[in-house]
Amino acid sequence: MGLPTPDTRHISRPEYASVYEPAEDTYLLLDALENDRTELQKQQPTICVEIGSGSGCVAAFLGQLLDPLPTLIISTDINPAAVDATMETVARNPSRAVFLQCRTRFLQSLDSRLRGSIDILVFNPPYVVTPTAEIDSTDEASAWAGGKHGREVLDQLLPQIPQLLSPSGRFYLVVIEQNKPDDIIQALSVHGLSGERILSRKAGREHLSILRFIFNGA
Amino acid sequence: MRLITHNMLKCHVKNCKEPDKQFPLQFKDAKLEQIEAERNNEFLVRMLPRIDWPALLKTTKELGIIIPEKVPANPADDDEFLQALHTAILEMHVKEGSMVCNGCGHEYKITKGIPNMLLAEHEI
Repeated sequence: MGLPTPDTRHISRPEYASVYEPAEDTYLLLDALENDRTELQKQQPTICVEIGSGSGCVAAFLGQLLDPLPTLIISTDINPAAVDATMETVARNPSRAVFLQCRTRFLQSLDSRLRGSIDILVFNPPYVVTPTAEIDSTDEASAWAGGKHGREVLDQLLPQIPQLLSPSGRFYLVVIEQNKPDDIIQALSVHGLSGERILSRKAGREHLSILRFIFNGA
Repeated sequence: MRLITHNMLKCHVKNCKEPDKQFPLQFKDAKLEQIEAERNNEFLVRMLPRIDWPALLKTTKELGIIIPEKVPANPADDDEFLQALHTAILEMHVKEGSMVCNGCGHEYKITKGIPNMLLAEHEI
């Protein structure tokens, strides 16, 4: 392992109480991205996006992973404390990347301008299986409550993925077994995206995986 | 919020019926601040195709920032152009204010430099 995990100690401050702290799922995603470092650098990404950036740990890491390539890294979150936390995290863990934060749901308001332009898209969705009623919030529960099969939030975004990615774009997604990863891979394959499980790890009761999607022939 | 961010934002209110007026959003009571940043020519050249120039031109005029009317034929070799682009999209920050849609009038607030593009359930 080469790159250090970004410093996110400030997330323990009271104003960030509603922000999801980096955990096993976050670290698995960092490891998967780092495994792909050579390919990602070769891809020469211009625009990277993380939806639901939370602490900003992944966005900061991505910036450092792509150093010295100057890339634009866009982070969104519906929780204003998470947007602030991301801003502070990227400032504390500098890289050559230009960071841009926006408070929104998924990529709403950005999607039409970003269509076909996203080179690296990262999403660690609220994947925990919960009652549907727990999803609808902008606070802490929004970071993990995923409704039926833990898929209700992800499934709102999934159909847009093929239009958002650039021809050489990649989509990295965190899932647990209950999310039915094979079903997700199947759903995106219809749109010419080929997906595979690139890393898996058991963390307590969660069997976590990182799925990576690339257009066929890219 | 930098102007590069503004250049990516479009009104997404469901009943906003005038697609030509949803972009760019119009600044209102924008508190502008210039924060010097290191210039990276490679970044600027790579971002250029992603910038909507007419929208940037309109917005910078409204804010009193000067950029060339047109993108030069060889932007990578044009130091003056790159500096103007760098200042406009990366150094100028809107700290407070709002952005108004010219189509439906919806106002998106900017607080502490963060644009809030969230809509209420009935507006989506």
